[in-house]
Amino acid sequence: MFTLLRNAALCSLWPKIAMSTINRRALTMTTKLLKNTLDEKASYPGATESYFTTEMKFIQSIAPIPTYRVMDLHGKVIDPTQEPQVSKEFAVKIYKDMITLNIMDFILYEAQRQGRISFYMTNYGEEAYIGSAAALDSQDVIYGQYRESGVLLYRGFTLDNFMNQCYSNENDIGKGRQMPIHYGSKELNFQTISSPVATQLPQASGAAYALKRSGKKNCIMCYFGEGAASEGDFHSALNVAATMKCPVIFFCRNNGFAISTPTLEQYKGDGIASRGIGYGIDTIRVDGNDVWAVYNATKAARQLSVEEHRPVLLESMTYRVSHHSTSDDSFAYRSKKEVEYWKQLDNPIVRFRKWLEDKNWWSEHEENSFRTSIRKEVLNAFSKAEKLLKPSITDLFNDVYDHPPQNIIDQRQKLKTLIERYPENYPLKNFKNEGKDL
Amino acid sequence: MTGSLFKSFFRAPALSILKQRGLPNVGVFAMQRRLFASENDNQMTVREALNVALDEELNRDDRVFLLGEEVAQYNGAYKVTKGLLDKYGPKRIVDTPITESGFAGLAVGAALSGLVPICEFMTFNFSMQAIDQIINSGAKVHYMAGGIVPCPVVFRGPNGFAAGVAAQHSQDFSAWYGSIPGLKVLSPWDSEDAKGLLKAAIRDPNPVIVLENELQYGVKYPMSQEAMSPDFLLPIGKAKIIREGKDATIVSHSRSLNYCLEAAEKLQSDEGISVEIINLRSIKPLDVNTIVESVKKTNHLISVESGYPHFGLGSEICAIGMETEIFDYLDAPVERITGADVPTPYAENLEALSFPNGDLIAKVVKRSLYRQK
Repeated sequence: MFTLLRNAALCSLWPKIAMSTINRRALTMTTKLLKNTLDEKASYPGATESYFTTEMKFIQSIAPIPTYRVMDLHGKVIDPTQEPQVSKEFAVKIYKDMITLNIMDFILYEAQRQGRISFYMTNYGEEAYIGSAAALDSQDVIYGQYRESGVLLYRGFTLDNFMNQCYSNENDIGKGRQMPIHYGSKELNFQTISSPVATQLPQASGAAYALKRSGKKNCIMCYFGEGAASEGDFHSALNVAATMKCPVIFFCRNNGFAISTPTLEQYKGDGIASRGIGYGIDTIRVDGNDVWAVYNATKAARQLSVEEHRPVLLESMTYRVSHHSTSDDSFAYRSKKEVEYWKQLDNPIVRFRKWLEDKNWWSEHEENSFRTSIRKEVLNAFSKAEKLLKPSITDLFNDVYDHPPQNIIDQRQKLKTLIERYPENYPLKNFKNEGKDL
Repeated sequence: MTGSLFKSFFRAPALSILKQRGLPNVGVFAMQRRLFASENDNQMTVREALNVALDEELNRDDRVFLLGEEVAQYNGAYKVTKGLLDKYGPKRIVDTPITESGFAGLAVGAALSGLVPICEFMTFNFSMQAIDQIINSGAKVHYMAGGIVPCPVVFRGPNGFAAGVAAQHSQDFSAWYGSIPGLKVLSPWDSEDAKGLLKAAIRDPNPVIVLENELQYGVKYPMSQEAMSPDFLLPIGKAKIIREGKDATIVSHSRSLNYCLEAAEKLQSDEGISVEIINLRSIKPLDVNTIVESVKKTNHLISVESGYPHFGLGSEICAIGMETEIFDYLDAPVERITGADVPTPYAENLEALSFPNGDLIAKVVKRSLYRQK
């Protein structure tokens, strides 16, 4: 009865249109209550919304979580109300970045194969995540996993920036301290990549907490893979973000594989999205090869996050066409046929191109000329970076702390003495400043 | 050297030190009072000193906030954060879920985004659940990101041996954290240390680990007039000679200093041996100079700590004895006294055998001075 009364009281406050529905629901509830007096609210501190029942039932699953989609495989918008209202310039920029990423990946992957850089990771098949970058504000801070170069590209990280990092040369922002693809840019609000997967998730919650306290109308975007979601850090991050009401979007790139482990062996249950609900977090699953689905969902997630300080979990379903990294040959654990299927039939770039062409915003001619010119630009940046010097040898010791304590100064002095004594064993020609600043 | 330590262990009678667990040794305490008597009558427990340090820094800098399990409503598991929630509100004194990796990671992320988080571990034993966030992220991010993003986070809480809480709650992590480039590691002993070092840690732009000791929380120490000031800071990387002497140098930190003082007093009165005691205060960076200068005077070096012997702080002190000019001044090999190389047992008599005590220290000092066979 209590429930009924409360609903009735609520009704008076609600707009008239909604009233009839609510009254009907209230009536149904009354009938149920009369039938079963046990069917009342169970108010425990640990479960405030539960109710009593005499039916003993183990719950294994809830209804499958749907996958939000705007375009079909042919780039046709399914429901016109869902088509984002964007300018030609905006849409074409996203598309061009997808192509650029694709071409840069191809060239750097080959460079690794030729032994010119030590490591690389490509983004093949997942390029539609650039749609998420397009939905963010440039002041929103990114915590990436490692396969999100496209987000940086979208924000204006130049081809030179990418190449300098991969070559660890004198112009690398990271001063040659990290493996290739571990990019970072303070200017572009992109936190430097941390290799151990999932460590970025609790940090993203913390950064979001700091943002909230600063009063800025921004959020944190945190990318990770479905494999990372098996780490304890994923669970602790979602839990603290929920309890501390942190404005963070957890963007899961569910691409089917964690290195060689397929999702079938990674988890049971309905993907990663189902876990968000468990943590009391607003959750959505999207078609991750549909740029506009990713864009719309991220935009809405951002709204929830920024306006209401709510964390959001966004599971973006895609397929990793790439090998995991240059240290992996994925045909040892999956068939070429399977990969070809995704490349041909559900290719995010092709899908988006069809949409653009339907709008008459893109053509075969533009495609060819853009591909040719961007390929040239990438190769230029590539050979430029290769020729630059290596970082200064002092960078070996700088930045361990803000100011070097004695143990760091001693190490630097020892190296200096050794170099002076045995210059033939320390060729410094390729280092910036040739060791003179040590 | 560990071998000889063990011999001493088993020869040493299990002494009355057991009965004083959790309480300062009366002799030590009287001696400390004498040491500071000239200053004034300000007394403060280590717990109060930590609380004042937190309060002053929260008050001074709006970016500072405190988080951890039970730190707000409950005033902290050891009441170090008492009253802070009432004063600064739930935005700055934050109770977190029981998830060390979560809130340690959250602290690192908040530090990268311009706040100054003080992350309390209920004990450092539980920091093992968050070790990746501290070492692989907190300590390294400034270096890895090319020096563009500082990570001014403080991790603090009780560390080292406690009483009757056994293997999973009673161990010293100084050596663990002290080995990591990028971290600063502090270990306060008395109330002045507690206040001055914690405040310095909070103001330092690098990630700092502050290793407190549960058994010291309730101990009262004198506070100088200077230490009562909200501007009181102790320099990171500087040790303090807490007892001057000429015959032997003991290097130690935290709770173990109590036993060193006890041994020094005994050696002075029974044998006329004058022991110099160095309170390290800072584990990383280590104040090598103070140790070198002391040994130049005494020619004998003994390290005392409660950590495990292997790859420990004592090993580091021995290495300093070999690698610096100390080697030329030594009249005996460096001795190290450590905790036993076993997980801390629960039973009182076994626990007592696992950690250094005053008698053992006195015995080793005498051995170093060739005053005992």
